[in-house]
Amino acid sequence: MQPTNRSSRILLPVKMWFVYLTLFVALFLNYIPTGHLPAVPDFVALVLAFWCVREPLKIGIGAGFVFGLLVDIGVGAAMGQHAFAYVLLTYAANELSRRVMWFTPVEQALHVLPLLFMSQVLMVVVRLMAGAEFPGWWMFFGCFVAALLWIPLHYVLLLPQYRPVERDENRPI
Amino acid sequence: MVGHSTPPFFKRGPAPLAKLVFFVIVSLGLLVSDLNLRYLDAFRQGLSVLAYPLQMAAATPADFVRNASNYFASLVRLQIENKDLKARQLQGAERLLRLDQIEQENRHLRALLDARERQAVKSVVAEIMYTAKDPFSRTVILDKGAQAGIEAGQAVVDDAGVIGQITRVFPMQSELTLLTDKDQAIPVMIVRSGLRAVLFGSGNGLMELRYLAANADIQPGDKVVTSGLDGVFLAGLPVATVARVERDQAQTFARIPCLPAAGVEQFSHVLVLGQRESLPPRPPEPELINKGKSGKGRKARAGKE
Repeated sequence: MQPTNRSSRILLPVKMWFVYLTLFVALFLNYIPTGHLPAVPDFVALVLAFWCVREPLKIGIGAGFVFGLLVDIGVGAAMGQHAFAYVLLTYAANELSRRVMWFTPVEQALHVLPLLFMSQVLMVVVRLMAGAEFPGWWMFFGCFVAALLWIPLHYVLLLPQYRPVERDENRPI
Repeated sequence: MVGHSTPPFFKRGPAPLAKLVFFVIVSLGLLVSDLNLRYLDAFRQGLSVLAYPLQMAAATPADFVRNASNYFASLVRLQIENKDLKARQLQGAERLLRLDQIEQENRHLRALLDARERQAVKSVVAEIMYTAKDPFSRTVILDKGAQAGIEAGQAVVDDAGVIGQITRVFPMQSELTLLTDKDQAIPVMIVRSGLRAVLFGSGNGLMELRYLAANADIQPGDKVVTSGLDGVFLAGLPVATVARVERDQAQTFARIPCLPAAGVEQFSHVLVLGQRESLPPRPPEPELINKGKSGKGRKARAGKE
């Protein structure tokens, strides 16, 4: 059974080094020069949103800001563009976490989709205000792909926290 | 969330909303200072050292794909290409042989006329590695950086003409903004009529000649070359061809889209031209203008005397 607040599955506590490792792997994926290929998801935004929903007490706005700056530099975007979007994304994900955790992974993905979409819109608005050209609607496809990825991610990123299921009829949960 | 205050024994630092406001202000400040004031280049350089190893590692798959396609290029294609190159080399050789003599002659004539010598520029060959991921600008990454002596502002050409200008330099890489970028402009001249103009990128892979009067002497098919007035690009490099001319009586200026001459949106080897020497200083403002104004000009002159 997938671990949500409604399922009775108990997870091991999260290890912070694993959280940062996954964030750096996402950063690596973002740095892969795919050029202007449509529908490439923003992996850092996705993983940040995931951990902000799962662990609102351990990871939040500060991490969003730092990883936003790192993405800005690697991608050659304006300094602070991703940082701004991720700060708002992490805040919203932290605030939503108590609600989102009651849903199944598919429903969670539907909750996260507007957040990812919002972060894309914010970046477009910021750059258009600064006088850049509108790159085209294709750049919004990425967040739909990212929302789809939420479902496998939900399994992969929680893998280190799983423990073998032992059935015990006498244990209350 | 905002209304609930945590008991003091569960201290978790500042409230989320306070943090949010703080970081939003900081990132907006960064944005403004980067986009409008360009203060942050040193900061970017510092942080790019951190990101560099990861960037290099991430570029490897792209490199691999690029090289693999070369590796599997068929023998026949290479032979055809080789033949073609040899033919072009022969065609060029005859002109090259004459070039030496003509340059010598040019130098003598310029010396006779007491004109400034034409500048010889040093250049670096570089390769376009990949398109930068930022969807809002048209930039590519070159495989040579500050270590190869590349500086921001240098002009970049390929075998057919100008393709852009270096905008950022990293230790081993540099960022080249293509002429088709919306923020890129280049002073040009129409070869046929000698008309001077400024060519702007229009963002969709084309360029546009702006601020030319609706009755300007310009036709589709006209060649556009650099005028060299900016002190960055050498004069006479091919830039674009006029695609069509739209003259509208309602508008003051004609709309003139141009096609880039060089393979601006292609991947190939490029030549980064060295910095030009600075142009001769501007002539001093004529005194007549100052005379017209009362007070200030006169006072300044009185002070000098």
